[in-house]
Amino acid sequence: MKSRIIPSTIGAIALTVLAAGAHAGSHSTAACLITKNNTNPFFVKMKEGAEAKAEAAGIALSSYAGKLDGDAGPQLVAIENCVAMGAKGILITAANDSVVPALKKARAAGILVIALDTPLSDPDAQDMTFATDNFEAGLLIGRWAKATMGAAAKDAKIGMLDINKDNISVDVQRDTGFLVGFGIEVPNLKILGSETDSRVIGHESALGNPEGGVKSVENLLAKNPDMNVVYTINEPAAEGAYQALKKAGKEKGVLIVSVDGGCPGIASVKSGVIGATSQQYPLLMASKGIEAIAAWAKDGTKPSASDGLNFFNTGVNLVTDSPVAGVPSIDSTKGTELCWG
Amino acid sequence: MSETETDFEQNLKNTSDAVAAFQLDDQSFLSSIRNAVRNYPTLVPALVLVVSILVFGFLAPRFLSPGVLSLVLQQVTVIGIVAIAQTLIILTAGIDLSVGAILVLSSFVMGRLAVMTGVPLPLAIAAGMAIGTLMGAFNGFLVAKVKLPPFIVTLGTLSVFTALKLWYSGSESIRNSDIEATAPALLWFGEAAARPYGASITYGGVALILLAGIFWYILQHTAWGRHVHAIGDDPEAAILSGIKTDRTLISVYAVAGLICGFAGWVAIGRVGSISPIAFEEINLATITAVVIGGTSLFGGRGSIPGSVLGALIVGVFTTGLSLAGVDDYWQMFAVGNLVLIAVALDQWLRRASQ
Repeated sequence: MKSRIIPSTIGAIALTVLAAGAHAGSHSTAACLITKNNTNPFFVKMKEGAEAKAEAAGIALSSYAGKLDGDAGPQLVAIENCVAMGAKGILITAANDSVVPALKKARAAGILVIALDTPLSDPDAQDMTFATDNFEAGLLIGRWAKATMGAAAKDAKIGMLDINKDNISVDVQRDTGFLVGFGIEVPNLKILGSETDSRVIGHESALGNPEGGVKSVENLLAKNPDMNVVYTINEPAAEGAYQALKKAGKEKGVLIVSVDGGCPGIASVKSGVIGATSQQYPLLMASKGIEAIAAWAKDGTKPSASDGLNFFNTGVNLVTDSPVAGVPSIDSTKGTELCWG
Repeated sequence: MSETETDFEQNLKNTSDAVAAFQLDDQSFLSSIRNAVRNYPTLVPALVLVVSILVFGFLAPRFLSPGVLSLVLQQVTVIGIVAIAQTLIILTAGIDLSVGAILVLSSFVMGRLAVMTGVPLPLAIAAGMAIGTLMGAFNGFLVAKVKLPPFIVTLGTLSVFTALKLWYSGSESIRNSDIEATAPALLWFGEAAARPYGASITYGGVALILLAGIFWYILQHTAWGRHVHAIGDDPEAAILSGIKTDRTLISVYAVAGLICGFAGWVAIGRVGSISPIAFEEINLATITAVVIGGTSLFGGRGSIPGSVLGALIVGVFTTGLSLAGVDDYWQMFAVGNLVLIAVALDQWLRRASQ
């Protein structure tokens, strides 16, 4: 037995090295994409966009993902692997800020670090962020909801469906953006739930999926059966929210707003399930990220931020079929042209 | 000499003339409670449920209304059904961490076949449940024949089935409007069977209670059921008494997979759509329900009604604390403490004597 193990192990290692060598020789630049998970369609589409652009630009892209929202462990491993294999650039949607030290090390090793969708709180952790302005996304739907309700807005009963209680940056920005847009005072824009306005019934953790959406709306209705506005963190949660409202017979009188702009979500806007949604552009984030890495590898140019912001704004559009004055929007047909997923 | 003999005989008159006698130490109040709970394992969770409903009814406004109480049942319906599967496995001193993945993959098989490929609904549902049974049988095979520990097996199959789920679904949900248009019967378990006094009892809730009753009967009154208890209690004794432990173990995991497949159908009705990112926390939630319901993690002792009650207790605590305005990490804190108390109680009951 012993005499067979050593030669076969050597053989296996040799084959792996040969294979890796063969692969590495075919492309000049290596890059890594590290997403939050492989289950949320947003990140799946981002990955597809990055892979397509990398193929066209001649970059060898390796993709990694965490398992769940907020799970940074697998991402830390991925960053270390990328540094070890000599990648020129890392595109990352960070699960949380615990990846900051590893990213700083990567930058120190000469790797271009680009944060996608979720900016890191430490500005030295990334060379640039390509993201939606999530606060603006929330602002748009908040303003739309307030204008649509008109005089009833001052007595609105609002339910908030967040991801969870961990104060993830995307979660906090959209949530507080919505509240500010609706005209509710938010003392602390860095955490969830700092507002004291009695119009807000409560915050529930919908985990960003339909099952959580159903449970959250049920709990909120139990607290206040007269809820008439529901803010949802993303469109899967909004789907669940609508189902729970329908079961309670309340779907006609309640406004649902969301953020995402995926094709299923735009279809929901068209069918009236979602009143308005802020559309974001993950494919653009991914392709711009790959372009930036290609430019960095070629002549060391770094990407620059949008005017007046400290990140590159990939844009957001309010999609609704019931536009209101003062809040620019596009309709669901245009939204379908631009949608992802 | 004669005086000693008389004393000796006199002493003998006062002693017991039984051949042998044991000094019984379970005369105290605590011991009689322990005996009662050992004989009727469902007593504790039933009491805890009633007491917690009353306490939260006092603490939280609107909790005691029929609407809210039936809401608790709705929210734990899927967890309760999967907890029945988990109970069967834990009774054999095993554990199944892959139940959630089996559930979602089965619901996707049903959904994609019926909604996207146009397969007739009964066939699609049967296929989904068959896939669930197969996955369960695979777990059972690895545990019984390859003799791997259930924790490790199901930890591995959790990843395998999750990857299959993501591949098969393409990471895309099947939307409610598509299901309603092509296969509305998939949503049946979410509909209300009765609406007494503002409460809403769904067909899913009815299915949970019926299924619990069926499996309670099977476990208590069929040979298969007694074999399941025996394997968990003492596998060696089970083998020696002629029980085909391998076959029974595989059948337990396969039946659990079948129940999870059925739960997948109920879940479609509960959520209204089929999403690859739903039910990710159900694995631990079912183990929590089973433990709080009084089933021992060491096998051999437990009850199906207990697990359903355990699921309801978690639901009551979660909704009650939420309505009482308590931050939701205290809900996690409370449920965690319930688990610790339940396991400690189980350990106390396991001791034969003090």
